[in-house]
Amino acid sequence: MDLTELTIKQAHEGLKNKEFTSVDLTRAYLEKIKKSDLNSFISFDEDFALKQAAEADAAFAKSFGEPKKKISMLTGIPCAIKDAIMVEGQKCTAASKILENYVASYDATVIKKLYEAGAVILGKTNTDEFTMGSSTENSAFGVTKNPYDKTRVAGGSSGGSAAAVAANEACFTLGSDTGGSIRQPASLCGVVGLCPTYGSVSRYGLIAHASSLDQIGPIAKNVEDAKIVFEAICGEDKMDATSADYNFEESKTELKGLRIGVPKEYFSEGIEPEVKKIIKDAIKKSEKAGAKIIEISLPSSEYALACYYVIDPSEISANLARFDGIKYGLSEPAENLLDVYLKTRGKGLGAEVKRRIIIGTYCLSSGYYDAYYKKAQEVRQLIRDDFAKAFEKVDLLFCPVSPFPAFKIGEKVDDPMSMYLADIYTIPMKLAGLPGLSMSAGKIGDLPVGLQIIGNHFEENKILSVAEEMEKLLK
Amino acid sequence: MISKEEVEHIAKLARLELSEKEVEKMQKDLSVILDYFDLLKKAPKVDMRPAFAKTSAGEARKDEVISSHDITDELIAASPDKKDDYIKVKNIF
Repeated sequence: MDLTELTIKQAHEGLKNKEFTSVDLTRAYLEKIKKSDLNSFISFDEDFALKQAAEADAAFAKSFGEPKKKISMLTGIPCAIKDAIMVEGQKCTAASKILENYVASYDATVIKKLYEAGAVILGKTNTDEFTMGSSTENSAFGVTKNPYDKTRVAGGSSGGSAAAVAANEACFTLGSDTGGSIRQPASLCGVVGLCPTYGSVSRYGLIAHASSLDQIGPIAKNVEDAKIVFEAICGEDKMDATSADYNFEESKTELKGLRIGVPKEYFSEGIEPEVKKIIKDAIKKSEKAGAKIIEISLPSSEYALACYYVIDPSEISANLARFDGIKYGLSEPAENLLDVYLKTRGKGLGAEVKRRIIIGTYCLSSGYYDAYYKKAQEVRQLIRDDFAKAFEKVDLLFCPVSPFPAFKIGEKVDDPMSMYLADIYTIPMKLAGLPGLSMSAGKIGDLPVGLQIIGNHFEENKILSVAEEMEKLLK
Repeated sequence: MISKEEVEHIAKLARLELSEKEVEKMQKDLSVILDYFDLLKKAPKVDMRPAFAKTSAGEARKDEVISSHDITDELIAASPDKKDDYIKVKNIF
């Protein structure tokens, strides 16, 4: 038996029935990581992981003596964390040269929650620098390869997290999603990725990209696993003022009688015909299972990408001001303070990060603020209104995640506009703060294609319940 | 196309040192991206409401004092240049 193929629930059963230990599981994953040529990890720490596994085994041993004591489903389960989320004592690079040697001073809230649940952290996964990108090609530590075709990207920015799950290098991972960074790599790697509602998971300890959009979420082998992890990490946190008073409650939402909205704008020009066919087929299957399919319109979708690429860089230009060579990370010696800033940031930050800082600074600068930033905020409201109207008529939305499957490494890296278009279907709902899930709906040749299920605010339970039913239909 | 001087001015505001080559590439990229932003002009006008309405979460602002004094030592230790309990910076005056 290959232990790394097990889902969370299967591994949990095995641990409970004493078929293997968490140390066995952890060793099996560490072996996979060491042999891998995908570059899905930036760092991993064997001693650190095995120590946690031994603690988990001790917790299990104790629970065997007290059969009534409930042990968490995540106890002893090896996972990996996107390298933009802080794990105390471990390096947290955000895939940037500026943080190459930075060691996290504290745990993110999601990490505290995973520890409480007994999960074992194997290491930190690759991402685009400061989570900005759609391919991990912007990582200062090399691109992550797609497990289905190593000449292609794994998507991004949580490409390392998605590839690690797809290649059984971790039982589950955490990613973060600002414009599609969980769902798009999940789609390209054929795994399940959930971007929760803005506010349902604490962002404390996630290195900030764009604070009005950033959200942490799980990437997993199947929908049930994603649900288990989401339930463990969600909830209000006093360290994140935007976190909401939210508790996940499982619900049984069935396809039968469900009103599914299909936004027509997501199937127009730009989408590859084969992607369109796979998604349409999945929608047909849901209809056969009793769902009512309703074509809807989200007319402001055409502005979403432009709106996002004003708001996102504007927030970046403010958030990344903290990387100045004074407080942490790289510091370039210079004569005066201004030169320390200029040289440190000039040397430590990569091309895409610089590009977004410049765009954001431009959009916020005197004379341009009204034309760009203020206008984009207005458009963001139009987009929110579109979705609000849609959810008066439907329960969930079904649409593609990405207009195309995994693309070739190097294909888009020098052309920022074409890279930005990779997130055309994941960005709009993000601007409205909605939750969305990506799950594999089929393949073009070897390359997975993801179906996106979008729900109303804090309706992750509906999304997950329906996704579990879809998972059976799409097998 | 956006001028070299304009890119250099913005870069200075953003505290970024850019090489000649980077400025050139930035001129090209920025021009394409700003042209794309023109699309926003087509969008209908709206009366702005607060960025996060009740339905969209994020309203949970409270008066709560959060302190990270328990990790002061770790935070200072992360600084590249320090002396005792202080983070060192270059002279400002």
